[in-house]
Amino acid sequence: MGIGLSLIAVLGLILFAYFGTAVLGLNALFGIVFPYTAFIVFVVGFIYRVVKWGKSPVPYRIPTTAGQHYSSLGFKQNKIDNPSTGWGVTLRMFLEVFAFRSLFRNTKAELLEGRLYIGSSKWLWLGAIVFHYSFLIIFLRHLRFFTTDTIWALSLLESVDSFFQIHILGSPLLYITDIAILASLLYLIGRRFFDSKIRYISLPSDFFPLFLIIGIVTTGVLMRYFFPVDIVAIKELTVGLIYLNPVIPKEIGSLFYIHLFLVSTLFAYFPFSKLMHMAGVFLSPTRNLANNNRMKRHVNPWEYLVKHRHYEEYEDEFREKMKKAGIPVEKE
Amino acid sequence: MKLPKPEELISNVNLKKLPSKFWMDTLPVEFKPGFYCYGAKGKNLAYVDFPNARDFSVTDEDWRLPEDWKNIVINGIKQRLERFRTFHVFMDICVRCGACSDKCHFFIGTGDPKNMPVLRAELIRSVYRKYFTLGGKIFGRNGGARDLDIDVLKELWYYFFQCTECRRCSLFCPYGIDTAEITIIGRELINLLGLNTDWISGPVANCYRTGNHLGIEPHTMKSTLEFMCNDIEEITGIQIEPPINKKGAEILFVTPSGDLFADPGIYNAMGYMMLFHEIGLDYTWSTYASEGGNFGFFTSLEMAKRLHSKIYEEAKRLKVKWILGGECGHMWRIWHQYHNTWYGPIDFLEEPVSPITGTKFEHAKSTKIVHITEFTADLIRHGILKFDKSRNDNLIVTFHDSCNTSRGMGFFEEPRYVIKSVCNNFYDMPDETIREQTFCCGGGSGLNANEIMELRMRGGFPRANAVRYVREKFGVNLIANICAIDRATLPPLMNYWVPEVRVSGVTELVANALIMKGEKERTMNLRMEPLPGKEEQ
Repeated sequence: MGIGLSLIAVLGLILFAYFGTAVLGLNALFGIVFPYTAFIVFVVGFIYRVVKWGKSPVPYRIPTTAGQHYSSLGFKQNKIDNPSTGWGVTLRMFLEVFAFRSLFRNTKAELLEGRLYIGSSKWLWLGAIVFHYSFLIIFLRHLRFFTTDTIWALSLLESVDSFFQIHILGSPLLYITDIAILASLLYLIGRRFFDSKIRYISLPSDFFPLFLIIGIVTTGVLMRYFFPVDIVAIKELTVGLIYLNPVIPKEIGSLFYIHLFLVSTLFAYFPFSKLMHMAGVFLSPTRNLANNNRMKRHVNPWEYLVKHRHYEEYEDEFREKMKKAGIPVEKE
Repeated sequence: MKLPKPEELISNVNLKKLPSKFWMDTLPVEFKPGFYCYGAKGKNLAYVDFPNARDFSVTDEDWRLPEDWKNIVINGIKQRLERFRTFHVFMDICVRCGACSDKCHFFIGTGDPKNMPVLRAELIRSVYRKYFTLGGKIFGRNGGARDLDIDVLKELWYYFFQCTECRRCSLFCPYGIDTAEITIIGRELINLLGLNTDWISGPVANCYRTGNHLGIEPHTMKSTLEFMCNDIEEITGIQIEPPINKKGAEILFVTPSGDLFADPGIYNAMGYMMLFHEIGLDYTWSTYASEGGNFGFFTSLEMAKRLHSKIYEEAKRLKVKWILGGECGHMWRIWHQYHNTWYGPIDFLEEPVSPITGTKFEHAKSTKIVHITEFTADLIRHGILKFDKSRNDNLIVTFHDSCNTSRGMGFFEEPRYVIKSVCNNFYDMPDETIREQTFCCGGGSGLNANEIMELRMRGGFPRANAVRYVREKFGVNLIANICAIDRATLPPLMNYWVPEVRVSGVTELVANALIMKGEKERTMNLRMEPLPGKEEQ
């Protein structure tokens, strides 16, 4: 549900930015006010959400154990999937965050003639990892717009990203990540259309960020390969934003402002949305705790005493029966 | 109610084609016979001071809720958001990637889209959004939010009692979202309104009064154990006197009461006593701590704590050194993941050391509770026990990993090591159905009621399907396990799907192969059936 609605919302945002800049000429609003506001909302909102989660304690240590536990009997422990130490947890979390280890485990269940078959299914993992790493690299590449000097690491990243040295119609070198992110986005949105299960569970808030990011990538790609924009002018704007000395150069077209506005929207939307999984994954108690409950006590800050039936009450009720059966009692 | 034939049961389940109607628009939920447990009885709720105690019938239009039930639920959610980071984070970060969708045995067996773990969580997440998030308040339905009304409440009830808290979905979730945690909290909320099931609240009340779910009173427990010892004597010629409530014993032994009552659990209980007798263990049963299982866990964590308290109180009263636990699933999840937090530091007990082998169970040094299977594995490893494996030669064995000991502990090698030490024929089921990926028996978390047999047969289908595979490939005829719920739920499941396969605990197999000092020549197994090669001509 919500495909049309989300698409309309993103198209509306694009039109809004186009109208605002090309027609009304509110370049300062879209080039300065919105980016600053979005950034502040992002930072404050992000911190607020994480702090709010952090305020909820972790009463019980309930890791999902995905391998043999540690035991002093010497059965070989799976130290990554069932860590018993902080180091093991660190490794588990590292693989979770950087390699999507749990998603890599994914399988597919199929029913055929009354039998269940379970097969390996790595497409979602592949789509997710390509998307996230492409996004990360593109994000890092953009840092060059915010620095006055060239940073060697960024240059290296760019040259790796354009490794194949392909030019389209005489445009600048093609970035691999530009193709990869579009392909992965199409896959991620495609499965929400075509996979009956995923379509059933999807909400507008699943389609909206996808369309929004597709909008961002598309405008970015258009600017780089098809409708070249004045990089120097853009850099004037972006560096001005960073040094808190914002200026609006004259020569930048609406395409750029649409791009920037969609990015601003993404930033502002982030803390209120499921995109917070970026921070949440670190706080997930089924993954970030060691499975050492029998060795080390975990303390719950709000644990309270409960009423239970004491032995005395039990014996009072059953004393005669116990005595008759020859079971020892406390009070004769 | 009569079940359809096995080949018909899931023939109309289609995991690829789901309804196109938006899931919020399918209310009110239809309570299908065979899919819901009967409502709780007022007297059982009242006995443990549960709120809104009254007889409750699921199909009644009027659930006789308290006037301000909505506030009770919403405040209940608020309190739990503030208390459980799990719940709080899990309400917020799901991206609905769908990795969990086909991991649930209930979804696979019913095809009901609301049994996809993600959607089960969305049922309550939508309520959370409405009352606790800005987006939900502003965008309402388009923000994935909905009002809490009586139809929503009924839907929550229906689907939180179609989850066995097995955590298989949590394994595959990229953020570790644990539906069991959400179901546990969902059931706590439901419980605030007195909406429990009879099958759960009855045993809870029993357990509070008598110490065990079945309501076995002390003298009955003693005679039950003595009956078993008579059988043991008939089989082995060895007389055993079960120690009961014995002060100063070294070890308190606690197992689920299912092992004292029903076939095949009782053979396991006989096995425990034979094993302990053979090694001369100084232990005691307790009639007060006569239950390791804990149906309170399926109502609220507080009730779970109230029921389990007796175990430590009894350990203290009897002045034992440490506790040995029998074969059980959720008992071990609680012992492993909750107990130490509830009652610790447990300094009146000692760090467990096997009195026979001297092995220190360092990994249990804080809770001071050892699992019978690791205890047995240690005995075997030290060559303490002598076995005649041929007594189990008529058995071709597979092992069912119980959800709780698998994804709540990581207890995989010990049972396999023990089984292989006492049986010549052992075959594991396919990898994606065992160990951490194991499928539920279909009746965990208090869903082993008879009135939901159809749901159980559907939910247990993935497990049964894997058993059928090893049955056809290797001729497997016995599924061993270390869980009392399994011993209760797997027999009807096997009977329905794979009728040739029987069910047993691991200790039964151990005791059957165990060569005891001074025993007569055995001709019968613990079930008093002829041993292989000892059949009457």
